[in-house]
Amino acid sequence: MSLRRFTRTPEAVAGVVVLALLAIMALAAPFLFPGDPQSIAGPALVRPFQDWAFPLGTDRLGRDVLAELFHGARTSLAVGLAAAAASLAIGTIVGTLAGFAGGIVDEILMRITDAFQTVPGFLLALAFVSVVGPSLGVVVIAIALSAWTGPARVARAEVLSIRERDYVASARVAGMHPLAIAFREVMPNALPPVLALSSVMVAGAILTEAALSFLGLGDPNRVTWGGMIAEGRAVLRTAPFLSIAPGVMLVFTVLGVYLAGEGIVENSAVKRGLA
Amino acid sequence: MTDKLLTVSGLSKRFKRRGDDIAAVAQAEFDLEPAETLALVGPSGSGKSTIARLLLRLIEPDAGRIIFEGDDWLALRGSALRARRARLQMVFQDPLSAFNPRTTVARALEDPLRIHAIVPRAGRPQAVAALLDRVGLSASLASRAIHEISGGQRQRVAIARAIATKPSLIVLDEAVSALDVSVRGKILELLNDLQRQEHIAYLFISHDIALVRAFAHRVAILDAGCIVEQGPARAVIDAPQSAVGKALLAAAPRLHRNRIEDVP
Repeated sequence: MSLRRFTRTPEAVAGVVVLALLAIMALAAPFLFPGDPQSIAGPALVRPFQDWAFPLGTDRLGRDVLAELFHGARTSLAVGLAAAAASLAIGTIVGTLAGFAGGIVDEILMRITDAFQTVPGFLLALAFVSVVGPSLGVVVIAIALSAWTGPARVARAEVLSIRERDYVASARVAGMHPLAIAFREVMPNALPPVLALSSVMVAGAILTEAALSFLGLGDPNRVTWGGMIAEGRAVLRTAPFLSIAPGVMLVFTVLGVYLAGEGIVENSAVKRGLA
Repeated sequence: MTDKLLTVSGLSKRFKRRGDDIAAVAQAEFDLEPAETLALVGPSGSGKSTIARLLLRLIEPDAGRIIFEGDDWLALRGSALRARRARLQMVFQDPLSAFNPRTTVARALEDPLRIHAIVPRAGRPQAVAALLDRVGLSASLASRAIHEISGGQRQRVAIARAIATKPSLIVLDEAVSALDVSVRGKILELLNDLQRQEHIAYLFISHDIALVRAFAHRVAILDAGCIVEQGPARAVIDAPQSAVGKALLAAAPRLHRNRIEDVP
C-alpha cells in the first residue's frame, strides 16, 4: 500500500480525509438520492459502469446500488459512533464507580464485568437483537452491551491510581460529596487512556453492525452495508459487485477510523509530552 | 478540657502490607489550644503524615479518641462530617499535586465556597478576589490555570482555599518544605498573620527542626509512631531529652545549630 511510504502524520491525514468523505456521503445522501433507496429504480442486475443512470448498477430487485451505498454510510456511521459513545460512557461510569468506591461495590461491578466478558460479545449482541427485535436503537444498545467491558477495565485501572492523589484528598477535606469527587475530580482525569480506545471501538461497532445486518438482524427499514452483502450473496457468482461494493466501503470506513484515531492519539501524546 | 480546641488520646493506626504489620501511630496523645501552633517533628516514616490523615478522616484509626471543638470528631459520618470539615482544613506538601490538574485558581477557591454555601453564586468572584488578596496575590490570577502559576503562588492559593471555610485548625503537612528559602519565609509570615488575625490553630508537620523552633509554640517529637517528647518548642529543641530529638538536632544544618547553641 502506498500509505506505507509516508510517515505517521500523512496516515492520520488520510484517515481524516476518508472519514470526511464518508461523512459527506452520509450527509449528502438525502439530497443526491432523494426518496427511498430501497424502492425499485430500474431493471434488475444492471452491471456497474453500463448505464450512467445507475453508475454502480442495480441489485436483484432493481435498486440503485450507489444510492444504497450512500444511505448505508448513514447507518454505518451513526451506529458506529452511537454504539462506541454508549460503550465508552457505560464503561467509564462503571469503571469509575468500581475503582473509586472500592470494596464490595468494586467486587460486584467487576464480577458483572467478568460475566459480560465471558460471553462472546457478538453472541450477546445477536441474542439481544433477536429477543428485543431489530431496530437501529436496539442494535446500538446490543453493540454497546457487548463492548463496554474494555473501557470499564481501563477506566478502573486509571481511577485506582488517581484516587490516591493529593487533589482527591483535598476535595474530601473541602467536604465534597463522594459522587462529586468521583465524577468531577477523578473521572475527567481518567479519560485520556479510555478515549484512546475510541477508534478501536468505533471500527468494531461498525463491523458488528455489518455482521448483524448480514445475518438479517439489522434494522429492516434501513439500508445497511452488511445487509447489502447478504443480499448479494445469493448472486455471488453472477453479480459479485453487489457484495464487493459495500465490502470495499466497509474496509475503507474501518481503515479511516483506525488511521484517524491513531493519529489523534499520537498527536495528543506528543502534546502531553511537550507540556 | 472544654476550652481545648483539639484533644487527641490513644490514637493508634496499624498498616498491614504483605504480611508485615506496622504500627504507623501508637497511642498518640496531644492537644491544641485555639490559635496555637503545635509542631510534629520526627524522622521519615515516624507517622507524622499518618496523624495528619487520621485527623482529617482521610483514613480511619484503629483506636483512640479525637475531640474537636468539643465534639467526638470520630463519631461524625456522611453529610454531618462533610459539613464540619469546614472547620478543619489542610495544606499539602506539594502544591502542584494538591490541585486538580484541570482546574483554575478561581474554580479551586470557589469549590469550598460553593460546597459549604458560604457565598452565593453571584458574590463568588468578589469572594475569590478577596481571598487572593488575603494571601497576598493579585486578583488577576483568578482566571489562570493552576499549572500556570509558580510554586509559591500555588501554595498561597492552597492556603487561601484552606481559610475560605473559616477553619479553627489547619493541618500544615510539610507545607513549606517544597518551597525555596525566600518564598518559605514569606509564607510563614503570612501564616503568622493569619493566626493572629483569625485565631487559627496550626498543626505544623515538619522535619526541619530550626524552622519549628522559630515558628511553633509547642513541639511533639515522634519516633516510630510514638510521641517520645512534648513541650514548649524552644525548651525541647534546645535541650532534647529523647534520643530521636538529639539525633534530629544533630542532623540540622550547622548554621542553624550554631545559632541554637548560642541561646543560653
